[in-house]
Amino acid sequence: RYSSFSRRQELDTLTKVHNPLIGTKTHPSRCPDNSAFKQQKLPAWKPQLTPATVLPSFFLTGAFCLAMGVCLILSANSVREIQFDYSDKCSDCSKLRENSSNWNKECHCSVNFTLKEDILGDVFMYYGLQNFYQNHRRYVISRSDAQLLGRNVNKSYCAPFTTYHNGTPMAPCGAIANSMFNDTIDLFYNLNSSAIQVPVLKTGNSWWTDKNVKFRNPKSYNLSSAFAGTARPPYWHKPVYLLDKEDERNNGYVNEDLIIWMRVSAFATFRNLYRRVKRIRQFADGLPAGNYTFRISYNFPVTKFKGRKHVILSTVAWSGGSNPFLGIAYVVSGTAATLTGFVITAIHLKLRKKKTFFQK
Amino acid sequence: YLKKVKKRKKKYENKRVIISNLPFGSKKQKENPNRYYDSNKIKTTKYTILTFFPKNIYEQFHRFANIYFVVIALLNFVPVVNAFQPEVSVIPICVIMAITAIKDAWEDFRRYKLDKEINHMGCYIYSREEHAYVEKCWKDVRVGDFVQLQCNETIPADILLLYSSDQNGICHLETANLDGETNLKQRHVVMGFSSQNTLFEPEFFQNTIICEMPNNDLNKFKGYMEQPNHERIGFNIESLLLRGCTIRNTEAAIGIVIYAGHETKAMLNNNGPRYKRSKIERRMNMDIFLCVGLLFMMCLVGAVGHGIWTGNFSEYPPYDVPDENGNFLSPVLAGFYMFLTMIILLQVLIPISLYVSIELVKLGQVFLIHNDIDLYDEEADLPIQCRALNITEDLGQIQYIFSDKTGTLTENKMVFRRCTVDGIEYSHQENARRLENHKDLDLDDEDFAKFQHFTLPPMNIERQATYKQTTTKPLGRCQSARAHFQGHTRNRSLGRRDSNQSQVAFSSTIEKDVTPDRRLLRRVREAALQTENLSPFIHTKTSTSLTDFFLALAICNTVLVSTATEPRQRVTVPPPIKPSGITLEKIHQIFQRLKLASLSQSFSSSQSSSDLGASFSAKNTEEHLAALDCCDNDGNCCASGRGDEFQGKGSTDIGSASLDEVFKSVTNSSLPTDFCYEAESPDEAALVYAAQAYSFTLVSRTPEQVTVRLPQGTLLTFDILYTLGFDSVRKRMSVVVRHPLTKEIVVYTKGADSVIMDLLEDSATADISAEKRMKRIKEKTQKHLDSYARDGLRTLCIAKKVLNEDDFQKWANFRREAEAAIDNRDELLMETAQHLETKLTLLGATGIEDRLQDGVPDTIAALREAGVQIWVLTGDKQETAVNIAYSCKLLNQRDTVFTINTENKTTSVFSQETCESLLNLTLEEVRKNYEVEKPQRKFFGIIPTSCSASEAPSPEFGLVIDGRTLNVIFQAGLEEQFLALTKHCRSVLCCRSTPLQKSMVVKLIRRKLKVMTLSIGDGANDVSMIQAADVGIGISGQEGMQAVMASDFAISRFKHLKKLLLVHGHWCYARLAKMVIYFFYKNVSYVNLLFWYQFFCGFSGSTMIDYWQMIFFNLFFTSMPPLLFGVLDRDVSAETLLSLPKLYKNGQNSEIYKLSTFIITMLDAFYQSLICFFVPYLTYKDSDIDMFSFGNPINTISLLTILLHQALEMKTWTLFHLVTMVGSVVFYFIFSLIYNATCVVCNPPTNPYWIMERQLSDPTFYLLCLITPVIALLPRFFIFALQGTFGASLILKAQQLDKLPKGQQDLEIQKLRSRKQTTSGAPVVSPGDTETRGLSTSDVNPLRKETPEEGYYFFNRWAEEESTATDSSAGPFSGHYPPVPSRVTNPGQNSGKLTKDNTNNFNHGSHRRSVSAVTL
Repeated sequence: RYSSFSRRQELDTLTKVHNPLIGTKTHPSRCPDNSAFKQQKLPAWKPQLTPATVLPSFFLTGAFCLAMGVCLILSANSVREIQFDYSDKCSDCSKLRENSSNWNKECHCSVNFTLKEDILGDVFMYYGLQNFYQNHRRYVISRSDAQLLGRNVNKSYCAPFTTYHNGTPMAPCGAIANSMFNDTIDLFYNLNSSAIQVPVLKTGNSWWTDKNVKFRNPKSYNLSSAFAGTARPPYWHKPVYLLDKEDERNNGYVNEDLIIWMRVSAFATFRNLYRRVKRIRQFADGLPAGNYTFRISYNFPVTKFKGRKHVILSTVAWSGGSNPFLGIAYVVSGTAATLTGFVITAIHLKLRKKKTFFQK
Repeated sequence: YLKKVKKRKKKYENKRVIISNLPFGSKKQKENPNRYYDSNKIKTTKYTILTFFPKNIYEQFHRFANIYFVVIALLNFVPVVNAFQPEVSVIPICVIMAITAIKDAWEDFRRYKLDKEINHMGCYIYSREEHAYVEKCWKDVRVGDFVQLQCNETIPADILLLYSSDQNGICHLETANLDGETNLKQRHVVMGFSSQNTLFEPEFFQNTIICEMPNNDLNKFKGYMEQPNHERIGFNIESLLLRGCTIRNTEAAIGIVIYAGHETKAMLNNNGPRYKRSKIERRMNMDIFLCVGLLFMMCLVGAVGHGIWTGNFSEYPPYDVPDENGNFLSPVLAGFYMFLTMIILLQVLIPISLYVSIELVKLGQVFLIHNDIDLYDEEADLPIQCRALNITEDLGQIQYIFSDKTGTLTENKMVFRRCTVDGIEYSHQENARRLENHKDLDLDDEDFAKFQHFTLPPMNIERQATYKQTTTKPLGRCQSARAHFQGHTRNRSLGRRDSNQSQVAFSSTIEKDVTPDRRLLRRVREAALQTENLSPFIHTKTSTSLTDFFLALAICNTVLVSTATEPRQRVTVPPPIKPSGITLEKIHQIFQRLKLASLSQSFSSSQSSSDLGASFSAKNTEEHLAALDCCDNDGNCCASGRGDEFQGKGSTDIGSASLDEVFKSVTNSSLPTDFCYEAESPDEAALVYAAQAYSFTLVSRTPEQVTVRLPQGTLLTFDILYTLGFDSVRKRMSVVVRHPLTKEIVVYTKGADSVIMDLLEDSATADISAEKRMKRIKEKTQKHLDSYARDGLRTLCIAKKVLNEDDFQKWANFRREAEAAIDNRDELLMETAQHLETKLTLLGATGIEDRLQDGVPDTIAALREAGVQIWVLTGDKQETAVNIAYSCKLLNQRDTVFTINTENKTTSVFSQETCESLLNLTLEEVRKNYEVEKPQRKFFGIIPTSCSASEAPSPEFGLVIDGRTLNVIFQAGLEEQFLALTKHCRSVLCCRSTPLQKSMVVKLIRRKLKVMTLSIGDGANDVSMIQAADVGIGISGQEGMQAVMASDFAISRFKHLKKLLLVHGHWCYARLAKMVIYFFYKNVSYVNLLFWYQFFCGFSGSTMIDYWQMIFFNLFFTSMPPLLFGVLDRDVSAETLLSLPKLYKNGQNSEIYKLSTFIITMLDAFYQSLICFFVPYLTYKDSDIDMFSFGNPINTISLLTILLHQALEMKTWTLFHLVTMVGSVVFYFIFSLIYNATCVVCNPPTNPYWIMERQLSDPTFYLLCLITPVIALLPRFFIFALQGTFGASLILKAQQLDKLPKGQQDLEIQKLRSRKQTTSGAPVVSPGDTETRGLSTSDVNPLRKETPEEGYYFFNRWAEEESTATDSSAGPFSGHYPPVPSRVTNPGQNSGKLTKDNTNNFNHGSHRRSVSAVTL
């Protein structure tokens, strides 16, 4: 292969000589520039890992991490969280749901629990699923963002949950939407044998951008006409425009339960935000101590993949949930850094002693 | 006629038939038989605009990796296995290929532009329409065209010379563009082609030219011209003008184009750079296979895992999505598909961008090497040329260097040193002194120029010899004035018209000015006076041979003469004077006139120079001089430009003018100007200059005549009857001349002593006393020759022979027949030459010094300290080679040198056995010595315990072996023993080796020892060696360009090797090795994140990172820092690398990139990826985190970790580094923010909308980004910190050295080096020995300064062995004796018939050479 380098040289030698026809070409010297870059003499900082530089870095890192870790652990401990596995408690229902032909039979069960202390602050209600691989590759892609944005879609990754055999498109399409969690969970506060339903917020649970940008209903004068010509996904009980009977604006693709479900979870065991306790009346400070009951309309079958369902009540702290791991990680790595700092100090001192001895 | 041509064409299928284009105008072009030949348009581009894409893509697919990635990208289009959106997965490979394509296109475009420039150069072609030569472009030249060339024009194609304006039909060529040789070459018009003298008329040219097909042999060309009358005229390369050469000294030349364009010899020779695979790349390819294995394992895990996971369900869960038809896959099939999916997913494990990155980095490295000012040679105006672009890092791993001697270690500047005539040695002490001084003089050339202005007034006459040299230096025109690099002006090319011309052609002063030996000079003058006073040709024997000797020196060559004022104008006509009649009186007259003139002008010139200040150049002065002393009234031109002569005279009285001066003035006054000699080999010029020093001046030379001026001032013009040129087989050259006065036919021969000595006349014919005398002369001369060789001089014998007319006529007939022969002309010519060169009479011998290049000993010492084994492979004779080896410190005085020779010319089975036993014996001896040496070192060593097993004792043996023995070794399969022996040797010298043997040695070492080899050479005979080695280095010197064309790097001085290897080699290796490792690390640690995620998504091939971000991660976010690192990182400064050559061992032992470091890096990559995955996992476990929100911190974290890892590796932080580092991170965030904010549905089905924005408002994200890189890099940092604390490796120490202030740094370096020296086992370091040590190291040529006793000791023995060797080899080997016919010098010492006496010497701390020579 020819390289332009050698060709340049060849031409240099060719044109260097006096040619009467093209005139004498004064040839500049081929001496390279004496610039710092070309002579590789750019001013540079050359860090060196000598004890003098290393030890402070270890100790500073260690101290910082330890301090940070303690803060994090403290804040994680301040988070109150209660979790109930209701898949066993509603065993009748779960058995009923094992047979998919009973899909339209209603089944209710309730879970009682007692709060010994008040849960102060914002209380979030989650439903949790175990062993539900929402992150399965073919499941993850089985959606149509364009459809959820209210557009007409021809091409999507929803197959085989795109249309029915008769050609009626599913709205929304895809496996994610089809398998939407459809239990309803209500929380009742048992005060003096009367059960007060804890007021909850259905909206504002999802990301603002999801609700306002990513999800849009098709444009039409009303919802049912917007979804005319489409059918609900096969697992659903009701069409998408009737998801929320109470709030007209929480229907269709912008239904927050749907939006939250559509945000596929990272792991097989996960929780999704379901409701927030509305801080009014006696719940203004959070959940007061006392007896509570979850009334659950059990629709979502989990037994066939050995899954479990939870309902979780939790508060949050600035550092997130009740998971203390990050704090522990900080503490551990802080300790490790400090220890290695000591080790290096020890080695350094020992060596220095030896060196002086050696030089003598 | 045409039919005939066609017929002939069939007949000569492998011949080229060319006729004139002129009968075929534009109309009859179709009938032109020349139309099939290439036009002169050159096209070195690979592509056109149309073919670029298909061709470039096709070429890129030759790279395996590209195919791999394309197959994977295509695999992604299969729905069941795809892991990403198929369209997207094509992007990386497209980008990679696009970058490569852009690079190729750019290079091609540059080639196109250069081609265009060349194609549009102009030349004159004969046009039938206009009956004149019209100007056309080079590209329009066609085979069969008649081209007229003018002086200094570049030849556009290969042209057969048909006419030259020179009356002798000669055209001079400068072939520097082709082979770098700057001396002029003669080309002559096709012999016997009649139209000479009359102007050549192209239209009457009716001959048919039949010649060979285009080939790349620059020195061979044969063919004949068939005239219409079927008479054939033969021609050869001597009549071919080659494309790219330049016409010189000839006003006009006309020729017919034979080969054009790509078929020219110049183009066929230009192969462009070669593509080699470097050691790192070979290693890397192996590791890529390891990566493939790893990939396979990971995919298998994924496949099996997915199969099991799928099989676990009794019923299909809602998240297991069936295919479009609602069918589910069986677990086995799902597993199989998953395997393929995983390959797509984890493909990046094989670093896709590695290849293109390496290419880019190497380009950068080559750029920096190319621009190193230290590797620039100011004299030749040449920087280093990197011809191979992809083996820069091999420079850092060299273990063996094979070097040529002549022109590589030595300057190839031949300097006449001594001579012997008639058995009397003239040692030329003054000359030697001059040479000693030369170096100092050369250094401050400029000072001398100034000095000269102020000291023009008379000088002390004793100092005239030295003064002459210093003052003539700025004045003389033929010198290559040293170009001052940082000086104000390059004071080269005084008074020359084309000042761009390189100066190399002209000999430097050091070669030119020979200070004559006083004794010899007196004798020459005596002889001259005798001839003057007495009858011219009755004189004593000595004076004849003296005269003959110098005549031979002046005549017996092919030197061209030109004058100083007209550098390239040949002097063919003797100057129009008749100085033969000059009497002493006349001389006095001339002398007085000269004196006056010189005084006045020197005055004026000094005046004017002081007026004009320092800027007044020497050139002006000289012109002044030339203008003043023009012609005297006798019509004798006396334009001597040598001011010194006049000053010399100015100081002395006229009356007391010595004989010396009279002669000098005569000589100078009759000189038209200074002469410049242009010789094909530097030896020849040296001899001519030597003759000139004794006033035998070669005045002119034409093919027929040569004119010499004798000391008397007589001009003798010899008719040259024949010139038998030098060739390497005969090793001699001869001229046959007719003496102008005696009309005798004399053959002057000069050649290698070994050849000439055998050809001397059998002294049977002469009387007894003469016979005795001859014998004595021969013996003495041989002795002198030996001593010359001992001093490292090149020896040549001069002999003559007088032929009688009949013998000559007989021989001339033979010769003519041979010349006319077509088929085996070469053989016949050789035969006739050998026939003539017999029965010679020895005149004398000369010793020419081939001076060592600057800095060679230093470079060799440094390279040796760096752990490089240096071998010298030379075609020279043993004595010369050994002595050069000593003077360049390749061999040490204390070393034991084993010499293995085979004098036996027939290589039989017997000698193979002998050779084997000999090798074994030597090996045994060496090993024994090893054992003996060790305890001794302990005894002498200063540090008794610290230098224990860690330092391997460096071998203190040298081996000298000759070509024949090498042949035996190769033929008998004794390579193993040979290698075993050489492994113990500090250095090995192979003398008298052929080019083939050179390359065989290199190949042997390369193959058997599996080491990195480097060959360095400058001549055509080194080409095979250069090509055989891993790295070939050519020296662009005086011996032509062949070596450079074959080389990977071309440097101009041997000393440049030091920086090239120790600094650039080290850097390039360190940079590239670290970069390659880093690339592996980067890809593995990143891809593993995806792999770990598979354990949490049922091995379904999900990715938590958006695919675009994944692509960009490799392509943009993390690509720049490693590239910059690969180009710019400097782990240790250049100064430290040069002062501590031991640092080079780092690369030699491949310490940065070997299997262990690779594995460690892989493990670290695994660890880091585990941390980068599991810290976020555990943090987000059991939370409502969604997939991309989980992937985003992981991506960010691993970006930070990978960049910080790079930061840890980087040893140099310049602004560039900082900017790219920070820039990469900033770019990542900006890109992510923009991408996540704008892309709502643009990238179905994944949708990372608003992820980054949301994460940036989450404290957990920041907390994670802080802690995870810390945990991930803690172990590595800890190890580095430990190393820094221990200061374990030399590299680290050197880095610390860099930071010290200058003085302390030097001190520390000294400390480090001295410790190393003591530990590496130089046995003499005790304080009492310092004196001897100092002596031995300070000697440049130790032998010269050593006491004669020691010197003779060595050589006496040497000679003894030499002489006995022939006897023993001739005699039959007896079975009773051990089959080693070597002479035992010290029989008591050992019975192995191997001499060696170093053990005792060690004890005495003496620096005496100990030699064992073994001769077969």
